[in-house]
Amino acid sequence: MLFTSYAFLGFIAVLFLLYYLIPRRMQWGLLLIASYLFYFIAGPSWLLYLLATTMATYLAARRIEEVGVRQKAYIKANRQQLSAEEKKAYKEKMKGRQRGWMLACLLFDLGILAVVKYTNFAISNINGLLRLTGSASRLDFWDIALPMGISFYTFQALGYLIDVYRGTVEAEKNPFRLALFVSFFPQLIQGPISRFGDLARSLYEEHAFEAKRFCYGLQRILWGYFKKLVIADRILVGVNTVIRDTETYQGAYVFVGMLFYALELYADFTGGIDITIGIAQALGIEVKENFNRPYFSKSVKEYWRRWHITMGTWFTDYIFYPISVCKPMLKLSRAARARLGENVGKRIPIYLSSFAVWLATGIWHGASWNFVVWGLGNWVVIMISQELEPLYARFHRRFDVRGRGWYKLFQVLRTVFVMSCLRTFDCYRDVPLTFRMFGSMFTRWNWQILWDGSLLGIGLSAVDYAVLLAGLILLVAVSLLQRSGSVRDRIAARPYPTRFLIWYGLFLVVLLAGAYGAGYDASQFIYNQF
Amino acid sequence: MEELLEILSDLHPEVDFETCDTLIDDKILDSFDIVSIIAEINDRFDVTVTADKITPQNFNSAEALYTLIQELEDED
Repeated sequence: MLFTSYAFLGFIAVLFLLYYLIPRRMQWGLLLIASYLFYFIAGPSWLLYLLATTMATYLAARRIEEVGVRQKAYIKANRQQLSAEEKKAYKEKMKGRQRGWMLACLLFDLGILAVVKYTNFAISNINGLLRLTGSASRLDFWDIALPMGISFYTFQALGYLIDVYRGTVEAEKNPFRLALFVSFFPQLIQGPISRFGDLARSLYEEHAFEAKRFCYGLQRILWGYFKKLVIADRILVGVNTVIRDTETYQGAYVFVGMLFYALELYADFTGGIDITIGIAQALGIEVKENFNRPYFSKSVKEYWRRWHITMGTWFTDYIFYPISVCKPMLKLSRAARARLGENVGKRIPIYLSSFAVWLATGIWHGASWNFVVWGLGNWVVIMISQELEPLYARFHRRFDVRGRGWYKLFQVLRTVFVMSCLRTFDCYRDVPLTFRMFGSMFTRWNWQILWDGSLLGIGLSAVDYAVLLAGLILLVAVSLLQRSGSVRDRIAARPYPTRFLIWYGLFLVVLLAGAYGAGYDASQFIYNQF
Repeated sequence: MEELLEILSDLHPEVDFETCDTLIDDKILDSFDIVSIIAEINDRFDVTVTADKITPQNFNSAEALYTLIQELEDED
């Protein structure tokens, strides 16, 4: 059931109605039923994976907490008899047991993800090696569909597990409540990746109907549909034409495809998140924001703090920090400082940990070398920017340009361009082809296509371009307005006729200018496939 | 405290660490800075700051960070 289907609209309409009609103490139970129904419709067999991850995480978290409770009780009961060393040794022993449960569950949950997501990638690499060695034998690919949203719900469950291990949150006693946290349907398929401490309370508490909050939720959903249907799905046709016929569309077409894809991905992913947060808001549930106007970032590092924020913080908290401040890494850093000097030594934890993060980010995004190269490409760019920081600082001291509008615009455009270049790995089917197509921008000189009408031949008409341009202007205008506060608050402060015109106008635009019908597929959200 | 302020000022000379209490909230310190600070603390104070201690509350100000160091010293 796609977010963009009529069935889904009917589904959430019925849910909203029931949610506010039933006794409030039953609301979270209804959400659990709705979430499992949503997932069941998507793929009945996928429920098994979801259940396995949920149950394993529930049991392991409970065990971790029990060990912690037992440890505290033992120390309390034997405070007088135990020496400081004995207390410390006992604590370490019990922490080891907790770690054992945490690691066992981590391996189980990640194991499921690895098997269903990466088996065929591994087989294709093994077959490649067999081909290289001249062997005629080949392994058969596994016929398995990737369960929808498995990367998202697995990470959400693991975040909860690690937080319980760290003592940041208490283990949830009720397995059904945990099941709702893992499967909450609006964010099940493309995030945000919520933390238990941020979402759980809001998810389980009772919510009375509030007209303003409900309307704001619906407005956010409408804005999401505008981005998805009017912009993303429209420009998708042009992007697909350019990236699928690599013989015809080279040179400047690659450049155009790159920029179009940047717009498509932004409208698609942020539109989807708007729908998610809007549905949650209409239900009275607070879900963390996943974007903060990322295309206004002045550097790639800043961009990654503002794009897919919940994924970035997940990788930082659960991979980057644990690796970079673990004892072996600090030891390595100290040894490197002694032998190779202060400058090299202090960089080692940062370089190695962020390498691990970007490798994991790439692999998380998809089981192909394209994503691995994309992830490591981001790592290279960020490390280069990091190394160039002193140079930038000198430049900014010498030339006072940082406050200038044109310089900020230059920085923003530079970031958009660099990110668009990196994303070409998303578009083409393999790494060599991506490099070939990227290189064609410099070898095949056909920039006249930008003005000679050729771009009308990639599946987009003049009307499509006009709609896209108007949509882009609206996106930029709203983003600029958001810098000084909520746009919905400002609209709500207007007289009724103005509000009516704006929201019904937007509704009509989605209805009339949304990409439906012949030539347009009811396309999935890009991130659904992760 | 003096030693901690020295570590922090070496990293960001432009920040007044004695008064600033929004180091994380205002994104003055990023993840790379935090790792550098922990490596220095590990060396100079001989305490281990583990990943679970990296929270905005512990890193928002020099004072909070110093309290964390003292707690870790007491634990040892």
